[in-house]
Amino acid sequence: MSTLVSVKNLSKVFDVSKPWLNRVIERLPKAHLTATSDVDFDVEENAVYSLVGESGSGKSTIGKMVVGLLQPTEGNVEINGVDLASETDIEIIKQSRTDIQMIFQDPYASMNPRWRVRDIILEPVVASNGDTEGLAEKLLEQVGLAAEDATKFPHEFSGGQRQRICIARALASAPKLIVCDEPTSALDVSVQAQVLNLMDDLKSELGLTYLFISHDLTVVRHISDRIGVLYLGRLVEEGTPDQLFDAPKHPYTQMLISSAPKIDGFGREVDPPQGEIPDPIDPPSGCAFHPRCPIATAKCKSERPALRELDDNRVACHLA
Amino acid sequence: MNKIIDAWHSDLAWNFRNSPVAVVSFALVFVLVLAVIFAPVIAPHDPFDPSTLNLINGFSQPMTPNTYTGDVFLLGSDDQGRDVFSTILYGMRISLFVGVFAVAFAMILGITLGLIAGYVGGWTETIIMRIADVQLTFPSILVAMLIFGIVKGVIPVEHRDQMAIWVLILAIGLGEWVQFARVVRGATLVEKNREYVQAARLIGRVRWVIMIRHILPNVLSPVLVIATISLALAIIAEATLSFLGVGAPPTQPSLGTLIRIGQGFLFSGEWWILLFPALTLLTLALSVNMLGDWLRDALNPKLR
Amino acid sequence: MTEPILSIRNLVVEIKTRHAILKAVDCVSYDIAPGEILGVVGESGAGKSMAGNAVIGLLSKPFSVADGEIWLKGRRIDNLSREKMRRLRGKEIGVVFQDPLTSLNPLIRIGDQLVETIMEHLKLSKKEAERRAISALEEVGIPAAAKRVNSYPHEFSGGMRQRVVIALALCAEPSLIIADEPTTALDVSVQAQIIALLKRLCRERGTAVMLITHDMGVVAETANRVAVMYAGRLAEIGPVRDVLTNPKHPYTDGLMGSTPAAAIGLEKLRQIPGSMPRLARLPKGCAFSPRCNRATDKCVQDPPPDLTAGEGYAACWYSLKTECTG
Repeated sequence: MSTLVSVKNLSKVFDVSKPWLNRVIERLPKAHLTATSDVDFDVEENAVYSLVGESGSGKSTIGKMVVGLLQPTEGNVEINGVDLASETDIEIIKQSRTDIQMIFQDPYASMNPRWRVRDIILEPVVASNGDTEGLAEKLLEQVGLAAEDATKFPHEFSGGQRQRICIARALASAPKLIVCDEPTSALDVSVQAQVLNLMDDLKSELGLTYLFISHDLTVVRHISDRIGVLYLGRLVEEGTPDQLFDAPKHPYTQMLISSAPKIDGFGREVDPPQGEIPDPIDPPSGCAFHPRCPIATAKCKSERPALRELDDNRVACHLA
Repeated sequence: MNKIIDAWHSDLAWNFRNSPVAVVSFALVFVLVLAVIFAPVIAPHDPFDPSTLNLINGFSQPMTPNTYTGDVFLLGSDDQGRDVFSTILYGMRISLFVGVFAVAFAMILGITLGLIAGYVGGWTETIIMRIADVQLTFPSILVAMLIFGIVKGVIPVEHRDQMAIWVLILAIGLGEWVQFARVVRGATLVEKNREYVQAARLIGRVRWVIMIRHILPNVLSPVLVIATISLALAIIAEATLSFLGVGAPPTQPSLGTLIRIGQGFLFSGEWWILLFPALTLLTLALSVNMLGDWLRDALNPKLR
Repeated sequence: MTEPILSIRNLVVEIKTRHAILKAVDCVSYDIAPGEILGVVGESGAGKSMAGNAVIGLLSKPFSVADGEIWLKGRRIDNLSREKMRRLRGKEIGVVFQDPLTSLNPLIRIGDQLVETIMEHLKLSKKEAERRAISALEEVGIPAAAKRVNSYPHEFSGGMRQRVVIALALCAEPSLIIADEPTTALDVSVQAQIIALLKRLCRERGTAVMLITHDMGVVAETANRVAVMYAGRLAEIGPVRDVLTNPKHPYTDGLMGSTPAAAIGLEKLRQIPGSMPRLARLPKGCAFSPRCNRATDKCVQDPPPDLTAGEGYAACWYSLKTECTG
């Protein structure tokens, strides 16, 4: 298998300073929020790579940088060898745009409520002046809806059906990579299963590659070929689902897995994890996880661990 | 046909049918608009055609006959023997004409600037919105008078009367655009971060396509509400300017002009020359305003 | 069994729309014993929150309790006046909602909010109420509580805010807590803290808890018994271990099968076809019949028998324990 997406040293810093006048009057410095720093990973073709993390982990920021909605502050994303942020050839940009699509979290907000389903699905093709003859109907049937649904408006569908329409829109330009930003977290369990199964079918039928962004460990474990765990904008561990869930090496991964509710954990008494996620504007020194880490040492406070190879996994911990 | 049935069953239509205030104010507006459109047919005579006037009929009481033609002066006549009912019909024409065009002008200007400010952001937004803020600190009637004064000074005397109506429209429109711009900008800020806009950006759609095809249709419902309420305000503003003598010229009197003329006769006992134009203005402005209020509540999802 | 804290009998909550009267909750009955946590699960639109709101008396137009009885500690509360219900709400029933921000007044210091609630419901002096407020915050695990009473809600993180809401719900020592998706807005690690807290408080004080959630994992770890709702009706109710590992209703079974956690090692998730019907278009017989692979003519024609307040029943003509003949 060859590498489709290659993410190198990706960093994104947001300027979250107060307006200029307030800063002058209140004598505040500029404030910067580091959403993502130094993230490296590759996604193989026709595979599912998942990014998991809690709020503030920067997982959605990475997704937006991969599809080109945000410009990286540092580092780059190459998809099929093309870096959208630095590419100047318009023909190549146009071509790579059709190669990348995205599915969003909120099936109610991700479609223009005033457009008919046909126009919503075909927009990516219309934008690149492609052939739209009969395409919407074909795609609707492919995602398990009826061809007649093309003339309806989004509000006539349930959440799960809307997410199918979003998938149809993502497929319209025949992409290679689909970035899925929490595609099922707004859906009910029984509908989530339908959507996940559909995505799985489409992946094998069309040879798609997914970058799957989620906070739900069980979903990620089910769908992924490889998982990257993020904490405060940095990759702390990466490995295959089995390695990660059966033998997590980073203390944060361990904490995440043990604190997630288990469906067969009747009356389970867990030692709840300590503390909460620190403020990303003012992250802790050294390893960002050290204030919550049960095994942290003095070295963890002062020195940030690098992401290193450890039998097929990659892990960023001094003590792993 | 199906569309009409759907519209009848829509929430808005249902809400309308169940709101007596809305039905009554809509009926009033409807009747007044019809009267304006068919003014030449309804009015007993054209009050601005001197050949139909006779000074003998001056100051006729309401419901007294025209000594000349035998018609009845329904609402009396003024000093020149003009039928007050007819002057009201023709005056309302000017009032509504100015109101509708002023609001349309304000709407186009406000929506465009609001959309640009909200979507583009940065310095463009700062400049547009600061201008709006500064303008808000002046009462819009003052702004209108200022513009009116400047433009009148620029236009040569011989064109003044025929241009006066358009100057009024410009002046009132410039006084009202801020409302539209602020609301559209706010709604745009919300819509631009929604995922469907991101989806459109993702596939490389250019800015103006996103603004016009995606965002604009979704920010229009608050605009509709403001447009209705602004119409009432514009009618009042026009009447105020005309009452102050800086609005519609005496050759094309609007309701405001009629009230100004009428108040001169109030203390000599000819009350009808003032009262009936004033009542018409009140009814027109109030019913449009009530309709706007109802629309605001009906379109507000929180109050449902 | 001891006298239950809460018993709901044949509760019906109606929605009046301009087209029809719909039943958001249809003939639901259950009890919660002291110290017991009852998990109420179901997908969106199943009516699980509506039943909770009916107990608190927070239903407003177009929703109303149309039938049935709600008893709290042997006293009927569904017919109380608004004012009496308001008193009861803070004193006997504590409420924890999903979004802690909406439950706290952003302009009042959290200490003052606590003191106000305590003095409203308990006959205590201001001094004593303040002391009580601090100990309530300490109890829910807020560090430096004596200092933090002077903070405003926005100065707390999401998890800390939810702790404050729990402190607020518990400060008048209610006998029943209704927690409506209390951890849905929180991160996994914080969720674990809040759940551990709820469990501890409930055990120590013998408070009954109605835990409304869509997360089967949370229910499994927290609840003693579970009530599964579908389209406004109870599909199944029973001890959590029995219901989750050995479901009797095909819906519960499908729900468990479609959870990714239950599919470890499987290529595909087991999915239930279709989606929950809208209330306006409920099927004539069993509401689940269009999605059920075991449904027969009888299921399509007649609604299954309503559940009585007993233990371990499923509202199904052919519950998974019985032979499917029809």
